[in-house]
Amino acid sequence: MSELNFKYDVLKDDFTCAGEASGKIKRTLKDLGFDSNLIRNIAIAVYEGEINMVIHADGGVITCDIAPECITVVLDDKGPGIPDVELAMQAGYSTAPDNVRQLGFGAGMGLPNIKKYTDDMKIETQVGVGTKITLKFMVK
Amino acid sequence: MKVKELTEILEGSVVYGMDFLDREVYTACGSDMMSDVLAFVKEQAVMLTGLVNPQVVRTAEMMDMKCIVFVRGKKPDLGMIELAEEREIVLIQTELEMFTACGKLYQAGLRGGSGK
Ligand SMILES: Nc1ncnc2c1ncn2[C@@H]1O[C@H](COP(=O)(O)OP(=O)(O)O)[C@@H](O)[C@H]1O
Ligand SMILES: [Mg+2]
Repeated sequence: MSELNFKYDVLKDDFTCAGEASGKIKRTLKDLGFDSNLIRNIAIAVYEGEINMVIHADGGVITCDIAPECITVVLDDKGPGIPDVELAMQAGYSTAPDNVRQLGFGAGMGLPNIKKYTDDMKIETQVGVGTKITLKFMVK
Repeated sequence: MKVKELTEILEGSVVYGMDFLDREVYTACGSDMMSDVLAFVKEQAVMLTGLVNPQVVRTAEMMDMKCIVFVRGKKPDLGMIELAEEREIVLIQTELEMFTACGKLYQAGLRGGSGK
């Protein structure tokens, strides 16, 4: 299998479409015949990341690289950035407004959830510039 | 148990998924917090929730769930029903409140996934 590459746009404040990109990635991986547990881990991690782009940033772009031994997903946004990554990674820490909690998110579990389901997670962020999160999933 | 049986136990009605009532389900979770649901994956096939918005269906989709039960008489809207149709996820509605609905299903043999 040669390397495949996909790109999805995520829109700011679009709570109806949030999850579209994650769903597409999930279905693509399914069509390609990857293991269902691996696919679910990827879908959950990317979905939390996508939700974060919608609620905390101004939308952004998700790219997915599929190689035989590793699937890499990059969540890239031009949002406000994360001032204190260590704090943001703590379970329960959230700056989400109340309307987000009504969606079932905003409990400060997104980033910890992403880490849990990912083999490698790298956050590059700059206040006022944006956030780029790179996720790697090993294909066993 | 089959989704059909689950619906009967909850005195519920099928909002979408008449064709899938023979699906077997063994595990369930109940929550209004989707991040909580996403945090503990272990093949839960059913989600009971009092939350009504498209992200409930999306969460079920990411988790490969087969059925969503809306408790306390909550009704999914058309957009959610369409999404559930595309993803072939059964939608059930019951007037029972969360605690009672979960209790009845537990008594009938459904279990929580053994989250890690
Ligand atoms: N893409 C992002 N851009 C800016 N800030 C972010 C982003 N993702 C997360 N954050 C910050 O990190 C915090 C924790 O994120 P997370 O664990 O997903 O919890 P939640 O989304 O429930 O608030 C958020 O409340 C927010 O302050
Ligand atoms: Mg989040």
